[in-house]
Amino acid sequence: MASRKEPTTTPTAPMASTSSGATLDSPVKQIQIEGLVVLKIIKHYQEEGQGSEVVQGVLLGLVVEDRLEITNCFPFPQHTEDDADFDEVQYQMEMMRSLRHVNIDHLHVGWYQSTYYGSFVSRALLDSQFSYQHAIEESVVLVYDPIKTAQGSLSLKAYRLTPKLMEICKEKDFSAEGLKKAMIGFEHMFEEVPIVIKNSHLINVLLWELEDKSTVADKHELLNLSSSNHLEKSLQLLMDRVDDMSQDIVKYNTYSRNLSKQQQQKHQYTQRRQQENAQRQTRGEPPLPEEDISKMFKPPQPPPRMDTLLIAGQINNYCQNVKEFTSQNLGKLFMAEALQGHNS
Amino acid sequence: MAVHGPVVKIHPVVLASIADSYERRNEGASRVIGTLLGTVDKHSVEVTNCFSVPHNESEDEVAVDMEFAKNMYDLHKKVSPTEVIIGWYATGFDITEHSVLIHEYYSREAVNPIHLTVDTALQSSKMNIRAYTSAQMGVPGKTVGVMFTPLSIKYIYYDTEKIGVGLLQRTRDAPNRAKGLTSDLCQVGGAANRVQDMLTTVLAYIEDVLSGKVQADNSVGRFLTDLVSKVPKISAEDFESMLNSNINDLLMVTYLSNLTQAQISLNEKLVVL
Repeated sequence: MASRKEPTTTPTAPMASTSSGATLDSPVKQIQIEGLVVLKIIKHYQEEGQGSEVVQGVLLGLVVEDRLEITNCFPFPQHTEDDADFDEVQYQMEMMRSLRHVNIDHLHVGWYQSTYYGSFVSRALLDSQFSYQHAIEESVVLVYDPIKTAQGSLSLKAYRLTPKLMEICKEKDFSAEGLKKAMIGFEHMFEEVPIVIKNSHLINVLLWELEDKSTVADKHELLNLSSSNHLEKSLQLLMDRVDDMSQDIVKYNTYSRNLSKQQQQKHQYTQRRQQENAQRQTRGEPPLPEEDISKMFKPPQPPPRMDTLLIAGQINNYCQNVKEFTSQNLGKLFMAEALQGHNS
Repeated sequence: MAVHGPVVKIHPVVLASIADSYERRNEGASRVIGTLLGTVDKHSVEVTNCFSVPHNESEDEVAVDMEFAKNMYDLHKKVSPTEVIIGWYATGFDITEHSVLIHEYYSREAVNPIHLTVDTALQSSKMNIRAYTSAQMGVPGKTVGVMFTPLSIKYIYYDTEKIGVGLLQRTRDAPNRAKGLTSDLCQVGGAANRVQDMLTTVLAYIEDVLSGKVQADNSVGRFLTDLVSKVPKISAEDFESMLNSNINDLLMVTYLSNLTQAQISLNEKLVVL
């Protein structure tokens, strides 16, 4: 596959939050998606995503009690390099205006993104989700994993930022003290919201028709045993991330070592000053002026902790995926054993 | 003289879109029309996307918002530059005179446009989906009319689409038409159940043939031998060793990922100290 590159731009959040009835205090407890949205997301990745691997789009829908209903979506064009005068906001506005004409829900409720082997915990995602959630209380990001889906089961997850993380992003305080205050661990960054797929009756009739007419048999990709390729790639990505993490840790260690060294130096300096002053007093000379210590010893820059948190979250995600994958494969292996047991 | 036009290949996304826009139509409108986007091949036309166009229809005139159609097509082009206008769709069973006018408009946009009708009103208790292309008929020089000739339709899916549609089919059977997304071992269990169901059907058929109730069919017999020979014959020790090594690999990976997770949570606690 082509080399990965982080998305440089993401769908912009709406300028002003559109009125969606009463603003809810309670966050969203469940997401209800229409089959149409699922098919559109699949199609968008299939057609446009083979090159750069990350496709994005906007979700439209409405909020009902504590459920977020997603009824439609539209894709976002890739931000190509030779498209300098492309105005994303304008595209979005135009699209929503046009959709309003045909009675499609034009309320922004979130955005979707495809992911490569589950690596979506990044700064860009955090930033865009934050701006979305800031503007609209209930927005979510749908992460679609096409490779996992091709293996047999639709992989679509919905995430929101936890309230704690929202606070931190608002303060823009990413230092160690700030994170410590809020007691955020990497498990508390994103919360997953359960998804339910619901179709209208007419779509159900359509599905009956398709089943009738369609001559292609159901492919059982899920029961395919030979998937070590997938495992290899996931492990590769996991190792890369762990390397990043260890580099980060080394940086942090050097920082804390520098800090403590500096503290020692400051201490020594003050002591020396005091000694000298005491000596001068005994000699009857005026004491040396107390210099501003903080100006002399500039404190080292603390490394940003946010990246570490993101890397930890990403590693966690990879590990979860790997475990899920291995448990499925173990099941399949035992089934194969049973099949062989009957034959031999 | 039958005119054999190209085969129309439709993706399920298009049909779902059409059904959805029919549900959201304006008050009083009896049908919805829209543009079909896709790619044209030598012998086939592949329909991959569509969008609805607002229009007004009354007894003797029809007005379609062309400006809107143009705008939407431009927007769509930004996302998928390979899609072109290949025709239009309408919900409803019959082809009316208005359809001819609309078809004429679309022939200006595309070469030999396809007209798709989706019977959302379920007039014949089934959702009939038909495709047509236009052909000139009549006496040349005098009254020239347009005839819509039917085309054959095939449904094609991408691999991932097939899986998505499979999931939607299962949604259909659930009680309140809603179904959550399962994960992990449940999915493998579900797939195994489905295979088991299929095997039971096949077994029932075999029983019937053996007891003479159903006539034996040679082609089915050939498929059955194929099926049975698909399970590879491996000696017991070889299989044991293969199985064990695979299981060991998987267990090791599980252990390592658990270890990594423990490591990062430890790291976090230490930093916060």
